[in-house]
Amino acid sequence: MSNPLADMDKPDVIFCIGTNMTECHPVAATRLKRALARGAKMIVADPRRIGLAEIADVHLPLRVGSDVSLLLAMAHVIAREGLVDEGFMARRTAHGEDFLKHVERYTPEWAAEICECSPEDIEKAALLYGGADRGAIYYTVGVTEHICGVDNVQSLCNLALLTGNLGREGTGVNPMRGQNNIQGAGDAGALPNNYPGFQTVTDPAHREKFHKAYGRKVDLEVGMTKVTALDLCGDGIHAMMINGENTLVTDPDRHHCEHALKSLDCLIVIDIFMTDTARVADVVLPATAWAETDGVCTNTERRVQRLRAAVPPPGDAKPDWWIVSRLAQRMGWKGFEFESAKEVFNELCSLSSTYAGLDWDRIDRGEYQWPVPEVGHPGTPRLHEERFENGRGIFKMLDYRDPEETLSEEYPVWLTTGRRLPQYHTRTQTGRAAGIDYLLSEETLEVHPDDIVRLGLEDGGWAEMSNPRGCLHVKVRATSKSPRGTVFASFAFEDVPVNVLTGGGYDPVTQTAALKACPVALKPVGPPPALAGVGPQSGLGRL
Amino acid sequence: MKRNGTPSTNGKGVRLMMTLDGEKVAFTRGETIYEVAERHRKDIPTLCYDPRLEPFGGCRLCVVELEGARNPVASCTTEARPGMAVRTRTAALEVQRRILMEMVASENRDTDVDPMHGYASQEMAELLDRYDARTGRFEGARSGESRDDDDNPFIKRDYDNCISCYRCVRVCAEQEGDYAISIANRGFHTQITTEFGGLLKDSACTFCGQCIQTCPTGALGDLKALANRDVPGETKKTRTICPYCGVGCAVDVMTREEKIVGVLPAMDGPANEGSLCVKGQFAFDFVGHPERLSTPFLRDEKSGALRPASWDEALDFAAGKLRKVVKDHGRRAVYGIASGRAPHEAAYMMQRFIRAGLGTNHIDNCSRA
Repeated sequence: MSNPLADMDKPDVIFCIGTNMTECHPVAATRLKRALARGAKMIVADPRRIGLAEIADVHLPLRVGSDVSLLLAMAHVIAREGLVDEGFMARRTAHGEDFLKHVERYTPEWAAEICECSPEDIEKAALLYGGADRGAIYYTVGVTEHICGVDNVQSLCNLALLTGNLGREGTGVNPMRGQNNIQGAGDAGALPNNYPGFQTVTDPAHREKFHKAYGRKVDLEVGMTKVTALDLCGDGIHAMMINGENTLVTDPDRHHCEHALKSLDCLIVIDIFMTDTARVADVVLPATAWAETDGVCTNTERRVQRLRAAVPPPGDAKPDWWIVSRLAQRMGWKGFEFESAKEVFNELCSLSSTYAGLDWDRIDRGEYQWPVPEVGHPGTPRLHEERFENGRGIFKMLDYRDPEETLSEEYPVWLTTGRRLPQYHTRTQTGRAAGIDYLLSEETLEVHPDDIVRLGLEDGGWAEMSNPRGCLHVKVRATSKSPRGTVFASFAFEDVPVNVLTGGGYDPVTQTAALKACPVALKPVGPPPALAGVGPQSGLGRL
Repeated sequence: MKRNGTPSTNGKGVRLMMTLDGEKVAFTRGETIYEVAERHRKDIPTLCYDPRLEPFGGCRLCVVELEGARNPVASCTTEARPGMAVRTRTAALEVQRRILMEMVASENRDTDVDPMHGYASQEMAELLDRYDARTGRFEGARSGESRDDDDNPFIKRDYDNCISCYRCVRVCAEQEGDYAISIANRGFHTQITTEFGGLLKDSACTFCGQCIQTCPTGALGDLKALANRDVPGETKKTRTICPYCGVGCAVDVMTREEKIVGVLPAMDGPANEGSLCVKGQFAFDFVGHPERLSTPFLRDEKSGALRPASWDEALDFAAGKLRKVVKDHGRRAVYGIASGRAPHEAAYMMQRFIRAGLGTNHIDNCSRA
């Protein structure tokens, strides 16, 4: 996030897009609700009538994957109505004139044809955000998990640059990170293009710095992304070490993924449960879990916080850092003689530009938000206050692109996926927590009542959902939360593995999978034989 | 809401001052008498007060004497004003507070509740002791009916122990923005309820547990923690961060001996300021689950099945396999995927393994899917 969580109750106008915050980041959403109670206005762009949409002033039920068109039209209206922050654009941005010219042709009427929102609502949303003194944008993977994920984010940045909604209290462009330490994994250098602290691997100076620290010269060439690596399994990539990820279930196109992992000569999985991914490994190494591990995590607002062990781990389970460093020692490599999490974290800080002012003891109370470039620096709750890191904020001239796969006669319905409040990811954790099943014990496909009729389905009955990549059976639930023509399911339950269907393309820059827009066919089927005459299943036994 | 307590001025550079128990003290514009007194550690008793919520003035325990006022005033709802003279603890106030506590006690079936009920669950019992108010003087009618019919596994709804402070109602509305809890009737017939008086599951409740944590009497309780009330040992609290989404809510994990018995929200957590969701509050017991991996496994060359192994054996086996891949296909044939769920040290060590060990950048994390 560019701005701290504490800023979330301060905007006049909140613009949420592709974020089902009340279910996926419920505590952050409470701050938005408090802002609304104080009189803030909210625009919610999401295909589904999610919880946030219910309390929004404007809900834009855009067609999945059409974000760029909507955002271009909003920029068009803001420019046309003179809601541009000219001072900010002159002082802080580049290519603003070009951008104003660029958006002239993207009228709300043009966008409405693509994003299926009414031109009036697009106007209304643009006037609200453009007219705000403090306008804040919040987004999640509903924006990024598309073939145009980067374009979507840059379109949001364009809006913020146009209206000067960056670098001030209650503003910003704020991604909500979905996992407790997904921010930290990137910070710590687990990226193919960056060393710790986002120092690019292609810069010889960075290579020199890490050569000195690690005693080995690292390639100047950017590594493969995980997506490419999975594509090349058995054909260039022959060994993988996977830490704490149930790749088979969470990644798109499960059949492809399963084939990939099985064609490796060596798969090492480090995890806390025997996940589906662990089951196909050559070696499974047991890790300590949350509340058993001392360590550090960084949240969505870049706050660096301590994790503390409260109970001993089961049996021989060990911290991940111990496992990987001991394996390195068995490989005969020097420099892996770490004895504590503190020692590991302090080495990370000593090599990271963003954590340079931090160490294990200094983060004890969680008061720092990176960057903390030197000792004594107070941290940076709000980014871009005085200047942008790279000088000026650059407007990007973007155009709308269709998703890689679009609707056809054969596959006439959009499937979009996501999470539900009580369950987390593939339920390896929440599925084993007592009571959670009381709130949600099975997956259902959310279908608009009109589509139920149109497709010959039955509320509470079963449907076969398929596309060229796969096929699954799922129980149907009629709800107007889904728009007509779009159905929704989560990927939490193993018996509804929606990721056998997803995987229609990737963002060309980040290689993020298009998990949110997937054409499918639906037809009614009978209940699965195992379930005929049986009540709701828990699926727990098969986790 | 809590103000920062930095003294402010009247606009002409003169600090705003009032008298508190005979002492001149400075205050901030907008601060209540209660907030000023709390900064000066006056320890005024309250039952309906939660610093995160708007002042309510329901329990009347926080009454103070205000010079010039005919009757004591509720300090939580009265703003401090320049020149005010306030007494927080006089004999008359203490008598009034004791009577109020005796009346509170008379409403409830239980006056002592297990601390496993929740964060604030001991507030009433502590005040009953402080005012020696378990006299049974007003024994008689009680308000609130328990909802034993609510079969939810998280929130105990024992309204026999409710004193109608409305903290649950207010935290649900003001802090959570869910408005799931409401009030039916008045006086002795007051009942904390939900829309249509049904089960929590059928209401707007999201099971975040905030009502449990603010309840001062144990009328509401954390059923998962209460299930562990008989686990022996002292309860120890360990400050850590919730393991689920990226908001980074601070929690205090409660343990007895070597078992997690419950989770409390950290009121001073910088990201959450006391809030949690259903997962952070209740979904902690995957940790001690019997299906946890407790030993390494390796794939038996003969049977092709995974079998338990020692660390020595498993690490040698893994290193041997990796070395063979490097020998057969080169160092670029090895790939590492770090976790967004494990701490920094895990991700850092994974990238160090790949970079320092193999000299490549074939490392990523799970953020692309």
